[in-house]
Amino acid sequence: MTRHETLDLEKARIAGGVASDQKHDSAHKHVSGEAVYIDDMPEPAGTLHACLGLSEVAHGTITSMDLSKVRAAPGVVTVLTADDIPGENDISPTGLHDEPILASDRVQFFGQPVFAVIAETRDAARRACRLAKIEYAEEPALIDIADAGADARLVTAPLKLERGDSAAAIAAAPRSIKGQMRVGGQDHFYLEGQIAFAMPGEDGDVTVFSSTQHPSEVQHMVAHALGVSSHAVTIEVRRMGGGFGGKETQANLFAVISAIAAKKLNRPVKLRPDRDDDMTATGKRHDFLIDYEVGFDDEGNILGVDLTYAARCGYAADLSGPVTDRALFHCDNAYFYPAARAVSRPLYTNTVSNTAFRGFGGPQGMVGAERIIDEVAFALGKDPLEIRKKNLYGTDDRNVTPYHQTVEDNVAERVIAELEASADYAARRREIAVFNAKSQVIKRGLALTPVKFGISFTATHFNQAGALVHVYTDGSVHLNHGGTEMGQGLYTKVAQVVAEEFQIDIDQVKITATTTGKVPNTSATAASSGSDLNGMAAQDAARQIKTRLIDFASEAHDVPKDQVVFLPGRVRIGNREIPFADLIREAYMARIQLSAAGFYKTPKIHWDRDKGQGRPFYYFAYGAACAEVSIDTLTGEYMVERVDILHETGRSLNRAIDIGQIEGGFIQGMGWLTTEELVWDGKGRLRTHAPSTYKIPLASDRPKVFNVALADWAENAEPTVHRSKAVGEPPFMLAMCVLHALSDAVASVADHKVCPRLDAPATPERVLMAVERVRAEGAR
Amino acid sequence: MKARSEIRFLLNGTPVALGNARPDETLLDYLRLRQRLTGTKEGCAEGDCGACTVLVGRLRKGELVYESVNACIRFLGSLDACHVVTVEHLKRADGSLHPVQQAMVDYHGSQCGFCTPGFVMSLYALWMREPQPTERAVEKALQGNLCRCTGYEPIVRAALAASTYGNAMSDPLATERAAVIAALNQMKDGARVEIGSAQDRLLIPANVDDFAAILEAEPKATIVAGATDVGLWVTKFMREIAPVVFIGGLDELRDIGEENGAIHIGAGVSYSDAFALLAKRIPPLGALIDRIGGEQVRNMGTIGGNIANGSPIGDTPPPLIALGATLTLRKGNTRRTIPLEDFFIDYGKQDRAPGEFVEAVHVPLPDAASRFAVWKISKRRDEDITAVLGAFDISIADGRVEAARIAYGGMAATPKRAKAVEVALVGKPWTEETVEAALSAYEEDFQPISDMRASAGYRMMAAKNLLRRFYLESTGGSAKLSRYEAA
Repeated sequence: MTRHETLDLEKARIAGGVASDQKHDSAHKHVSGEAVYIDDMPEPAGTLHACLGLSEVAHGTITSMDLSKVRAAPGVVTVLTADDIPGENDISPTGLHDEPILASDRVQFFGQPVFAVIAETRDAARRACRLAKIEYAEEPALIDIADAGADARLVTAPLKLERGDSAAAIAAAPRSIKGQMRVGGQDHFYLEGQIAFAMPGEDGDVTVFSSTQHPSEVQHMVAHALGVSSHAVTIEVRRMGGGFGGKETQANLFAVISAIAAKKLNRPVKLRPDRDDDMTATGKRHDFLIDYEVGFDDEGNILGVDLTYAARCGYAADLSGPVTDRALFHCDNAYFYPAARAVSRPLYTNTVSNTAFRGFGGPQGMVGAERIIDEVAFALGKDPLEIRKKNLYGTDDRNVTPYHQTVEDNVAERVIAELEASADYAARRREIAVFNAKSQVIKRGLALTPVKFGISFTATHFNQAGALVHVYTDGSVHLNHGGTEMGQGLYTKVAQVVAEEFQIDIDQVKITATTTGKVPNTSATAASSGSDLNGMAAQDAARQIKTRLIDFASEAHDVPKDQVVFLPGRVRIGNREIPFADLIREAYMARIQLSAAGFYKTPKIHWDRDKGQGRPFYYFAYGAACAEVSIDTLTGEYMVERVDILHETGRSLNRAIDIGQIEGGFIQGMGWLTTEELVWDGKGRLRTHAPSTYKIPLASDRPKVFNVALADWAENAEPTVHRSKAVGEPPFMLAMCVLHALSDAVASVADHKVCPRLDAPATPERVLMAVERVRAEGAR
Repeated sequence: MKARSEIRFLLNGTPVALGNARPDETLLDYLRLRQRLTGTKEGCAEGDCGACTVLVGRLRKGELVYESVNACIRFLGSLDACHVVTVEHLKRADGSLHPVQQAMVDYHGSQCGFCTPGFVMSLYALWMREPQPTERAVEKALQGNLCRCTGYEPIVRAALAASTYGNAMSDPLATERAAVIAALNQMKDGARVEIGSAQDRLLIPANVDDFAAILEAEPKATIVAGATDVGLWVTKFMREIAPVVFIGGLDELRDIGEENGAIHIGAGVSYSDAFALLAKRIPPLGALIDRIGGEQVRNMGTIGGNIANGSPIGDTPPPLIALGATLTLRKGNTRRTIPLEDFFIDYGKQDRAPGEFVEAVHVPLPDAASRFAVWKISKRRDEDITAVLGAFDISIADGRVEAARIAYGGMAATPKRAKAVEVALVGKPWTEETVEAALSAYEEDFQPISDMRASAGYRMMAAKNLLRRFYLESTGGSAKLSRYEAA
């Protein structure tokens, strides 16, 4: 950071304040290969490399473990088993003690870590791993949730939401439909895989560079595993090569193993699993089986719903409790249910423990809601959009959710209306009907779906954040906060907030790596909350310093406090203006503290899980998307022809970053609902564990026409940071329009008389099978 | 014959001579571990994500071509007399960014940034050969690059705008061309390269005769052409592959040409090298090649390797079988030519004797009277492995099926002809009734399996529907999805 030698005292606006399209702070380093990820850090002499030995059965007890050949392999320094863990053999993030670091006597999924090899090179560690001879007494394994009986084991307590008497409402409704929907899971496929690099220190100390969204949790896990206090452990992360929820709790394992090895051997240890091991041994988005029953009238008004959301949680709870809770929180999407009952079933399975992933159960919840809309529409022979609009939450009435929170900021109707017009929905609906009537093999489909997403961690205590701001005597600023950078532009946005506060150019603000040593006890950068929480905490820190500066200037120059005004690059004190840096120097000489720790906690929120009532969300984010697709009814292959999006991010802190989140979230959501298919075989082996078999979208899968707009009129009804709104997760679910457009195209083969009940992911195979089924039912 | 015991190549601006290259050492590990050039990332170590994309410049008939490749599955042994260009080479000495990089910054083309160097390199390769690309060309150039953050939209915008940032002709790799060509020509000394001893050897034959001699003496040696398959044996299965013979640099195997009504493709011809001629003379094959792997894999992978590895889901054997292609196998100085379909005996078993290698494949041009088509079905349209692939070469005369050769991939343990279906068609009137009646013959020909790519039921249904599609198109119907109008 260099000091500005000449300051423009007439400058009207700082560079890189809020509401500017500031580029990502690392963009120039990304493109030149200079951005340092953990595997790029220089390795101190003596650095060792770890590799995990994974279980080869889905469920059973270990009857013998012969690691002699592993130990004898070239380059191997040591082998760790559960016996080598000095502290607790547990990394369960919820304190349920159900997630061992290394399996000791029994394994519960194919791919569970059993031992770790530490060797001179990564290659040597990987090769040695394969020499283990482990025998198991296999036990029956539950792999698929469809096989779970009524008495199946749950990994954590289920949630029930209830408003009104849904059974009575459905029974009294003129019409009702029951059905089941299957929604697949999703691998995060962050481009930078999991990685941790541990440096041993003095006494019990260790520093771990961890690719994690949750440094504080990694710190606690490492401390517990080592049997030391948290103060002995420092976790640092400058940036991740993608997270998406996959590094919220899943980074723990890697950090803990590398730390244990580093302390045992007193040498730096790095653990970077191969992509296959990463995909096999870490949790994913939960797949769900949704049982639904809906009562409705002949006009398409939903009168009551009864929903069961069963999820494949894997062998341990991890975050499955809050994930399945959030599925229920979004079982309404943007729709008002006069009576609702929704229950979750977080099922134990002998698969990897599923975890957080952008949307955190919300997407699965909403997909269920949209299926219900389709069912009602097809039953009545109406356009699903008509049913969607009819059932939206109201503003003054019909505005209470199944969890008894009143929706106070509803803009769904306006968003949909504007998008319907800008996307030319009605005319294209007619054109598509004409096209389909003429086209024998290729059929087109159209759908417009809304999103209403609740913002806040549903565990109220996570809604807090800290920041640390130093102003140096040359006027340059050091910024640190508890949020982590995984590509979403959080560091840039928070720096914009601080620059705005001090009215200095953003290049005067140094963005620094997240570390538990500077800001303690932070929450995961998750739940879309990064900018809301850390932006406010950093603003608080900056304002504390500003307040001291104002007090000082007012006293030193004998002017009223309101005559000390921060202008771009300068400060007006009474009748004169001085550069910001001059004021800082004066303040320093007068012994004013130029450093502050900021703090923020989200107001208004509360949640009583036992009652299923409260205000879990501070506010909601809204958007809508319209997709047109073509399907090939001979093969089920398809193409996304056009997508139009209107999304609101309040008063955007950075439109360019927000649009990037919307475009990227949409494509990721589209991948989840289309080509990304996780396949486990009967033995519980994940067969799609690499990009060769697991297919995320490519550039050529983008919609041919992709129009993304922000709702410029929007602002947050709540006093969030500059009235902006969270943007990380909400756009993900905009992609539901693609699933429904595919469904619409499938439905055209029987003149829209049969609900296609197209499950996700809608692979070409599922689309073709749906075409065949709809044709057969339509011919009846 | 000359011999030397080191590999020589140019790395960015520096000549490198390696006497200690291991036979299975990848370029990515060399760059990251030995050279500490960490701009090139490992995302998957199997050639599917593109985070490790670098450029390799090689002399093709005296001309210098730069191609994007996956460093993760590229062995050092395949780089002799090549120019390796990594992302570190792009930034100018004054610190300014290359036009492709600056466009990526300005269009917000990076978020987490981990895939970004790979994208930059793929776009750099595109920029050099096509400074003002169409959107379609950009998508094709990026088929082998995965991004999980941006949804690609800003990257494509940056790629389309890059030409406004600078002139491709003033690019260092353009201006220094003559010097690089001279340096590579000097390295290309026609010597046999042999590094290591006994069973741990790396061999680069001096020429094809030398290759034949080496293989006769070492029939168990692993032959590496493009390494898009063998690369994974090392990075994923950690198989011992030495001794290894690298044949990708043998010019004699990289010839492709047309003669006597057939296209002759040397075993070392990459998909990219084969594309122009095949797309022109047998357009459906050009369209198919566009959907094999990503650009990086097409620049490395060879049609010869696709055949020789015997996979039941290789994309080129079914269409080549349908066209009646033949294969020349060579052992020492003895050659034999067999119908391609006879090469595939069973899963993992081909008609190749110890010490024998695939030298060339000969593809007869389709008859003017016949109609040739090939369709690939996969979960994701581009850069995916086939679920079902069907190839048809059917001649109709006077409304009757005169001859039919139909072959499928993904339906059996080998690429296989649908002989019962052919019988059900030949001699019959070319009508919908004939096609529908022939569909039941598929059960005689195939008993496909279910796996992560598709269920058996879907494979069978889609396979049958491809015959329906062939019929529809042959009678003037249009039944295809198209990403671009007039594709």
